[in-house]
Amino acid sequence: MRRALSLWLPLGAFALFLLFPFYWMVLTSIKPDAELVSVTANPFWVSHPTFAHVRGLLLGTSYPRWFWNTMAVATGATALSIAVSFLAAYALARLRFRGADAVSLGIYLAYLIPPAILFIPLADVMLRLGWFDHLWALVPVYSTFLVPFSTWLLVGYMKSIPRELEEAAMMDGASRLRILFRVILPLSKPGLVSAFIFCFTLSWNEYLYALVFMSSPEHKTVPVGLATELVRGDIYQWGPLMAGALLGSLPVAILYFFFVEHYVAGMSGALKG
Amino acid sequence: MRALSFDRGPLLPTLLLLPSGVLLGGLLALPLAVGVVLGFQDTTIGNPGAFVGLDNYRYLLTDPVFRITALNTALYTVVTVAFKLALGLALALILNQRFAGYRFWRSILLLPYVVPTVLSAFAWWWILDPQFSFVSWALVKLGLLDQRINFLGNAWLARGSLMVANVWRGIPFFTVGYLAGLQAIPKDLHEAAALDGASEWQIFWRITWILLLPLSTILTIFSAIFTFTDFQLIWTITRGGPANATHLFVTLAYQRAIAGGALGEGAAIAGFTLPFLALLAGGALFALRRQD
Repeated sequence: MRRALSLWLPLGAFALFLLFPFYWMVLTSIKPDAELVSVTANPFWVSHPTFAHVRGLLLGTSYPRWFWNTMAVATGATALSIAVSFLAAYALARLRFRGADAVSLGIYLAYLIPPAILFIPLADVMLRLGWFDHLWALVPVYSTFLVPFSTWLLVGYMKSIPRELEEAAMMDGASRLRILFRVILPLSKPGLVSAFIFCFTLSWNEYLYALVFMSSPEHKTVPVGLATELVRGDIYQWGPLMAGALLGSLPVAILYFFFVEHYVAGMSGALKG
Repeated sequence: MRALSFDRGPLLPTLLLLPSGVLLGGLLALPLAVGVVLGFQDTTIGNPGAFVGLDNYRYLLTDPVFRITALNTALYTVVTVAFKLALGLALALILNQRFAGYRFWRSILLLPYVVPTVLSAFAWWWILDPQFSFVSWALVKLGLLDQRINFLGNAWLARGSLMVANVWRGIPFFTVGYLAGLQAIPKDLHEAAALDGASEWQIFWRITWILLLPLSTILTIFSAIFTFTDFQLIWTITRGGPANATHLFVTLAYQRAIAGGALGEGAAIAGFTLPFLALLAGGALFALRRQD
């Protein structure tokens, strides 16, 4: 009884609040239009489930294209950012050089600068570089918010690798670079997995840069494509919109469920200095 | 010997830091500087513009829409961060009881933070639909209301609705942080206090809450930074409406600069956030160093 009051009741309330929008997404995407706009039907249930919205989305819109665009950009930005961050993290975690503290501080500040205050001047820079409306341009652009975060994560991780392993390799005459790729790289695997999950998820979820810098329909990402091509005028296509939101959430949700422990460890690790 | 000097000298760190330096220098530091300069110019899309000093800033301070936006941003940040902290901590305390199925519940309840914000914002938008919202449907059905609620048509209802959606998304951030913090508190502290006859309520306020304070500071600052520069939720659900009542700094900057073409003015709106950002970043740095 006590348990019910201290655990299951509040947990149930949180579950209802936190999970209801997902139920709504699933429900709407399989509900026929007639039921969606019916004022008499019970809105919490569907009597004649349909795949018409999903079919319409996949066959009648550029959704598959947006999906692959998002996948390509997220994969590219993740690969670039992890490679770049791995090198920087090693320098910051292990090498002694002048200005190391300043660089660490710079990386930290870079992490706290949100894209929200950069998109206007960045638009100017992109125009000058001739990068506007080029899908690949999102790869280096996304790395600006991925690199600070994953460098920070990897520095923390590398500091936990015992120095003795490197010192032993150095005694054997291995160079720093050899140590970096033969000793540190394999030992950093869990840290790299965390960085990978975060980079991929953050790229997949990015909205503002893709919204401002991509203009042709065939260069859009999932969130931008749905928001600009499916939301038009006063006639909202709720069915296809929810189907698109659901399908667009799946890749990160699946990745997340496979690596929950890494995700949680990375998130709490990032809060330590 | 040559390998040794390469390993010891400044060349290796320089090479390792060069790629990130180029990326962050060119696409982060440079735009940041360009943005500050733009804020002092009357640049529009297609027109390079001239230096106008503080004109943009002065104009914005007299602009009623900007004033409402500034107040709204402050309110949105303070209210949602407070709720996210309280509810996030409550959920962490519930999950920290370690029961059968703990891992399952923890994983599934963190989902709002993982799913793309714009996509879940679509779901909220649909939930808040003036004609077909299930909230209205249920209230009318129960006889508590005789007409449907126009959630996004009224300034205060729209603000409240956006805050609920933001709290919904942000709870898991605090929960994950607090779960890590709770696990670091030694169990015997609680047991000793319980033996001395302290109530659970006293144990929470006198021990748990006090020990969590440094973590709360860090979580609050991080959450505040991401909340007051929020764009996705607002732009997806209300686009700043009705009648510009729900704009935050960033949505207004977007509307003026990208949709309206006034790049200089948009940059000045973003410029207003810089002192707050600097203050918060400094505070977080201080808190992180003290924690170590």
